[in-house]
Amino acid sequence: MRALILALLLAFTALPAAAETAAEIVAKNAAQIEKPSRQTIGPVIDALAASGDAQAAAVLEAWGDKRLGLRKADGAFFIVEKTADGWALTALDGSDAGTAAKGDITELKPNAGVRGLIATALVQFTLSDPDRVKRVAALESIAKDPKAEALAPLVASVAGEDDPGLKAQKERLVGLLTIRFGADAAARVAAIEGFGSDLGLDLRGALNPLVAKTRLAFAGEPPAGVNLAGDLKVGRDLTEAEAYELLVAANLAPARLTVAAAREALVANLKDGAVGGVPLADLGTQAARDRAYTALEAAGVVPPAATDAEVAEAVAQHRFAESYAEPDPAVTAAAEAALKRIGTKVGAMQGADLALDALSLASIYFLAAIGLAITFGVMRVINMAHGEFIMMGAYTGYVVQQWITNYTLSIVVALPLAFAVTFAAGVAMERLVIRHLYKRPLETLLATFGISIALQQLAKNIFGTQARPLTSPAWLDGALVFNDVVSISYIRIAIFVLALLFLMFFLWLMKRTRLGLEVRAVTQNPSMAASMGIDPDRINMLTFGIGSGIAGIAGVAIGLFAKVTSELGSDYIVQSFMTVVVGGVGNIWGTLAGAVLIGTLQKGIEWFNPSNTLAAQTYMILFIILFIQFRPRGIIALKGRAAGD
Amino acid sequence: MSRTFLAKNPSVLTFLLILAIFTLGVTILSEAYGVAFVSTSFVKTLGKTLCLCLVALAMDLVWGYAGILSLGHMAFFAIGGYMLGMWLMYARTEEIVVAALAQGVLPATAEEIRQGIATQIFGVVGASEFPAIWVFAHSFWMQLALVVLVPGVLAAVFGWLAFRSRVTGVYLSILTQAMTLALALYLFQNDSGLRGNNGLSGLQNLPGLDGVSQDRLSVWFLWASAAALGLGYALVAWVVSGKFGSVIRAIRDDEQRVRFLGYSVEGYKLFVFTLTAVIAAIAGALYYPQAGIINPAELAPIASIYLAVWVAIGGRGRLYGAVIGAAFVSVVSSWFTGGRVPDVPLGVYTVQWVDWWSVVLGLSFVLVTLFAPKGIGGLFDLWQGVKSPDRKGAALGPDDGALMEREAQE
Repeated sequence: MRALILALLLAFTALPAAAETAAEIVAKNAAQIEKPSRQTIGPVIDALAASGDAQAAAVLEAWGDKRLGLRKADGAFFIVEKTADGWALTALDGSDAGTAAKGDITELKPNAGVRGLIATALVQFTLSDPDRVKRVAALESIAKDPKAEALAPLVASVAGEDDPGLKAQKERLVGLLTIRFGADAAARVAAIEGFGSDLGLDLRGALNPLVAKTRLAFAGEPPAGVNLAGDLKVGRDLTEAEAYELLVAANLAPARLTVAAAREALVANLKDGAVGGVPLADLGTQAARDRAYTALEAAGVVPPAATDAEVAEAVAQHRFAESYAEPDPAVTAAAEAALKRIGTKVGAMQGADLALDALSLASIYFLAAIGLAITFGVMRVINMAHGEFIMMGAYTGYVVQQWITNYTLSIVVALPLAFAVTFAAGVAMERLVIRHLYKRPLETLLATFGISIALQQLAKNIFGTQARPLTSPAWLDGALVFNDVVSISYIRIAIFVLALLFLMFFLWLMKRTRLGLEVRAVTQNPSMAASMGIDPDRINMLTFGIGSGIAGIAGVAIGLFAKVTSELGSDYIVQSFMTVVVGGVGNIWGTLAGAVLIGTLQKGIEWFNPSNTLAAQTYMILFIILFIQFRPRGIIALKGRAAGD
Repeated sequence: MSRTFLAKNPSVLTFLLILAIFTLGVTILSEAYGVAFVSTSFVKTLGKTLCLCLVALAMDLVWGYAGILSLGHMAFFAIGGYMLGMWLMYARTEEIVVAALAQGVLPATAEEIRQGIATQIFGVVGASEFPAIWVFAHSFWMQLALVVLVPGVLAAVFGWLAFRSRVTGVYLSILTQAMTLALALYLFQNDSGLRGNNGLSGLQNLPGLDGVSQDRLSVWFLWASAAALGLGYALVAWVVSGKFGSVIRAIRDDEQRVRFLGYSVEGYKLFVFTLTAVIAAIAGALYYPQAGIINPAELAPIASIYLAVWVAIGGRGRLYGAVIGAAFVSVVSSWFTGGRVPDVPLGVYTVQWVDWWSVVLGLSFVLVTLFAPKGIGGLFDLWQGVKSPDRKGAALGPDDGALMEREAQE
């Protein structure tokens, strides 16, 4: 296969063998080179690039760098270099041509468009450039805009490449270019098969145009030179109307009469308040209009319009098929087979990617809900201002970044600070408001909602309505890429890790510490706990503070990928409550299960209809409402005395 | 027991009298029928406020009396508005399209008119076909029926599902809030068939009434809203006055005990929930033609929470309290946010009420919840010298929605 390509390339490179040197080409096109325009300079640049002259690259490079000069005296071109008192000249064949005074030389300054063309032409020279950076740039430029001309120099440069990574890249690019521009079918098929079931987007980008299909209509045998993909059956693959449109487009049938055209024809033939014998006042129904048009048709004033029967007949008399854009059947068959192989693998990979997405969404929901799992799940306090605590955490992160410009350090400072701020806010709220309403949960809901309105407006007054940036440190930028299908951004990994940490912290706090024991005791039976020497007031205050503090930390994490606005919290509040309720109140594993369920569900629904995330949220909430019907106490329901009633 | 309904509920007559005097007063002061002291836009504001009072009344019935803190009644309110809005928009656009097509040489066919209307209405969301839900939009009476039917059926289905599985208290609140959010998100989509976030607009122009100025229309709507509020008040007062009212209050205070006494708690709750949803929808159908525009933002969960705020500030568990709360808060809100209140310069910082009103509202709401659970309505108790027995504020029943001793006076 390689030999074939090489043979072909030789033919390519042999074409401009009527070798002119770069200098000759420049001299011949002097006028154009002096005042180049993007539209017309192409052939000249191509000629230079294809000249085979070793100096062509130097000339093009100099031109592109605005180092080509014109000697005013005789109109000769030189590569010029500024010296202290004028110019050092180099002739276009590479020999030294002395110096010139400052005023003797006009520098050529091609515009950006022309420089772009020059750079493209230069790519093939830089493929073998000793500087690795230049080679990489050349490869990237070819990959971005593949052209048939690039194939030959690329193949030529593979052998001399000593960097193994770059060599692999070059070989891959050769394969891709061969698929698209290879000389004969065998080489292209071999190239396609050489890739196996590679997942690269670039490979699919090369294969898909080959199997792009267009519909066509014909009578009898298919036209010669068309690579048919398959027949289309009217009624199964396309409707009669579509089929007839194809016929009209192929000039095989007269266009159907549109309502608008019929109306125009009728208006044009209006005579004495009637059209074709039908009075004007009667033309307010489609039936009457058809009658009038038929009368006009009979009189021969208007072109006959295809009736339904004629349309059906014309459609029946023709064959409809799909054809590939690529004329060679062997290539398209190989491409179809390759795409099918790839498709199966891509499907599996997309499943994996979806699972990762769902997991990261689940960890975001978990993070937003874990504070609630404490205040609502354990203490049964409905805190509608929970979302605003998340918002306060995010704004704390923003304010810290105004003072500490090192993003890593600022996040490290922001996390505990956000905890401190929201802990204080939570304790204050518990002391001032919630304490008085422990027996009245509905009232707690409303009072905390009042606080939520006030906090939101306060944030709006302080920080304004526009979104504030909370920038993540550079090491969190980018994504962990497994292949072209499966990838996950580092920030989502960080959030996942944070969610895990919180889960462990919660378990440790509740199961392993004195505070956790007392919290559980107070929740189950405050008066009994009090008689055992536990101060319920203090415990409630601390618990609420910790729950709020965790919301603050979650706020910093959420702020890193979402926009920090005063509405940040209210975007999460309903979902957070859903997570806790669906999971089962009072059980952290339930909250985890709820978050996973909701995250998976939302991503799953989004997968069916990727453009419409609103619909995904709608259906997810509907599902949850139905779910609660069957498990009113959530996925993991508390049993026995802990369940309360 | 032989006393009539009105004799047992003197507050109904008082209320109707005040409402009648108010309506008459506004009419006399209006631009269209009186001395033009009150501007048309203010008449509209008053008419809208009456509608809000009606929906607050519904909220009071379902929350204050039956103990179901629904955070979804503004969704029913908006659906009512959408249903009537569909007809208003269709009929109004039809007039315009027919007028435009009449300029053509040929008389227009029914299909052309329909196509023209569809393009006019849905062009903004890139569609030109009528979605299936607009099938009755041409008929005023059908849409009017839908104003009642759609929210009614929705509330009945949702309530049946929720009450059947014994979702109560705050869980029910969160569930209704989720329902509202789902509806709002659905309507925000462009392909929901209700013009996405553009909503329905131009509702203030009544079809077939081109000759009638907005001055007069606004007063007509004020009358209609006042009539609806009066009827609604009488209906709700009648519902809560008899045995039925006693049962739903009992459900609020101790649901288990009522169930053990043999009442079908779910049936009562479902009836109240559906009835109030329908009242809310009627209020919405009257509100949005006065507002002129409706969009999915009206369904946001926060709107329903504000509704609870009005009722709580007015005083839940008493009908006039809900009306007073809705009227007071919405009028004061529009006064503060309308920029008509002078700023307060504090030297270093000037308090602009447009920015700070929400803070004040939120905090005053917290204060009302904490210190005056009876709300504004509690002032009437003070005035009448009604005193509650002091049992240290114990709850009347063990349930979460139960009234405390000191707010139970009616």
